[in-house]
Amino acid sequence: MTTTTPRPTPTPRRVRQYTADDWWSLATSVVASLALVTLVYEHVLDLSGTLGFLVCWFATFLLLYAAVLSFANERHVVTDRVVAAALYAAAAVVVGALSSTVIYTFAKGWPALSHVNFYVQDMSGVSPTAPLSQGGILHAIIGTVIEVALATVIAIPLGIATAVYLSEVGGALSRVVRTVIEAMTALPEILAGLFVYVVLIVYVGLPKSGLAVSVAMAVTMVPIIARAGEVALRVVPSGLREASQALGATQWMTVRKVVLPSARSGLATATILAVARGVGETAIVLITSGASSFINWNPAQNPMNSLPLFIYTGYQTHENLAITRAFGAASVLLAMVLVLFVLTRWLSRERSGR
Amino acid sequence: MSTISSAPNLTPTPTITERAHLEAVDVCAWFGSTLVLDGVNLTAELGTVTSLIGPSGCGKSTFLRILNRMHESIPGAQMAGEVRLDGVDIYGAGERVTSVRKKIGMVFQKPNPFPAMSIADNVTSGLALTRTKTSRAEREELVETSLTRAGLWREVKDRLDQPSSALSGGQQQRLCIARALCVQPEVLLMDEPCSALDPTSTRRVEETILELRDQVTIIIVTHNMQQARRVSQRAAFFLAEQGAPGGIVEQGVTEQLFTSPVDERTANYVNGEFG
Repeated sequence: MTTTTPRPTPTPRRVRQYTADDWWSLATSVVASLALVTLVYEHVLDLSGTLGFLVCWFATFLLLYAAVLSFANERHVVTDRVVAAALYAAAAVVVGALSSTVIYTFAKGWPALSHVNFYVQDMSGVSPTAPLSQGGILHAIIGTVIEVALATVIAIPLGIATAVYLSEVGGALSRVVRTVIEAMTALPEILAGLFVYVVLIVYVGLPKSGLAVSVAMAVTMVPIIARAGEVALRVVPSGLREASQALGATQWMTVRKVVLPSARSGLATATILAVARGVGETAIVLITSGASSFINWNPAQNPMNSLPLFIYTGYQTHENLAITRAFGAASVLLAMVLVLFVLTRWLSRERSGR
Repeated sequence: MSTISSAPNLTPTPTITERAHLEAVDVCAWFGSTLVLDGVNLTAELGTVTSLIGPSGCGKSTFLRILNRMHESIPGAQMAGEVRLDGVDIYGAGERVTSVRKKIGMVFQKPNPFPAMSIADNVTSGLALTRTKTSRAEREELVETSLTRAGLWREVKDRLDQPSSALSGGQQQRLCIARALCVQPEVLLMDEPCSALDPTSTRRVEETILELRDQVTIIIVTHNMQQARRVSQRAAFFLAEQGAPGGIVEQGVTEQLFTSPVDERTANYVNGEFG
């Protein structure tokens, strides 16, 4: 065989293409439902309200879309397309709700966020109505970091030990423990705060402080670490445990040297999930520490403010400037949670890369 | 560690021979209340490879796991009978599970190197897991000798610090063999070690088995009858008939079992008529 023309570089075929027909059915359904709902909703029924309009538009769209599709398609194709449209809409609602929350918070907080003093000063001696060029939330940032760090230090050993018990030891009692842990996951944070208030502050006589906050936070974090950690440990293939046992390892050594290292990234994710919850606790700080306006580095004494509590008290004043500061603090809190989230993704990515 | 060459208090059974190394005497096994193995007697001699063949679900793997006390780690699993290593019952009162498993190593069907460890750490993991103190030089030497015995040294000697998942399936399985050899077991049990491997890797593992033959007693479960003929000197045919527990139908010298089986069921199986 002789080759006369050089072989052209292959280009991948586009499979699963949508035809013009598909696009037109979608577009006409959107437009037709909009027109129909505008006519009926606004003029015939004389209703008003954006949310009601959007819901009616979407429902009409699904009906029309199904009708248009059924002209040229079989029934299962129609079902497939309509369900896909509904699911895309659901995803869009979630993304829209999240991004509007984030954007609104940052936009409202921007006047405060644009001042450097907002990050490096506290509110001691600064009135809530003082201009935004005075005072800041450093005391709340420091409080949040110290409280969450201490709570994490308390919660990690307890949570991981519980996860190891549930996943590696088991037995009849583990069902009881799992039920208790599940119930604790749903425990309202204010109950954890009240519990610590009664036990540590009223009975033991500990002062209202950052430490009390941390203990209460740990109460809400332990079940999260235990549940997510148990899942992470269960994912470790049982073949690894068998291999370890077949080498003559005791169960404890198997857990320590094989199971825990293999589940490292899953356990890190569990911890960060718990930290993300701890960061947002408000009622706990209100009950076990109380708000303050000055920087406090000592978790054992005196109130220690946190970002959520700062937001709450700021909003309570009904002063525009205090509310702006609250939105600024909320933006910082969102940024902290975002950093934690990125950290989680990065840690779980490391695992698949290995 | 002292070994008792003869066990005076035990009932003498006809299977005891001078060269007997690992022997199972009247072994039965249950899962829950279901009897899955009934009265299995098997003798593995020093320096030989014994293959266990038979259709799926006839109790070969269960039997193998009884030989290093892995069976009892399954909830609801029970056993009866004796397994003697150099005449000492490994299920005896004074025997610790962990030390039994150190002496009788195991290689599993699916390669299962520890993913969180490097290649070198995988080899010496048996020492770390049993808290055996070794110097760095000793460990390095053990890594080399174990990998050499498993036929993997030349392929990995320049990347001992890499994660074990960087290896191919066949290499991972040989790494698991090296890991089992590192704690210097007297017996090596292999549960279908090649069933997840391609033909080239299978041949490499078979070569490894033949090289190891003089150093450790090997018992291998396999579904591949050609493999049983290639690597083993003795073979045992397991069968579980409808509704009955599994057991050995026939055992003996591998070549004889394949060329002139005594039992009709063995003949049918080795000639590929069922299973």
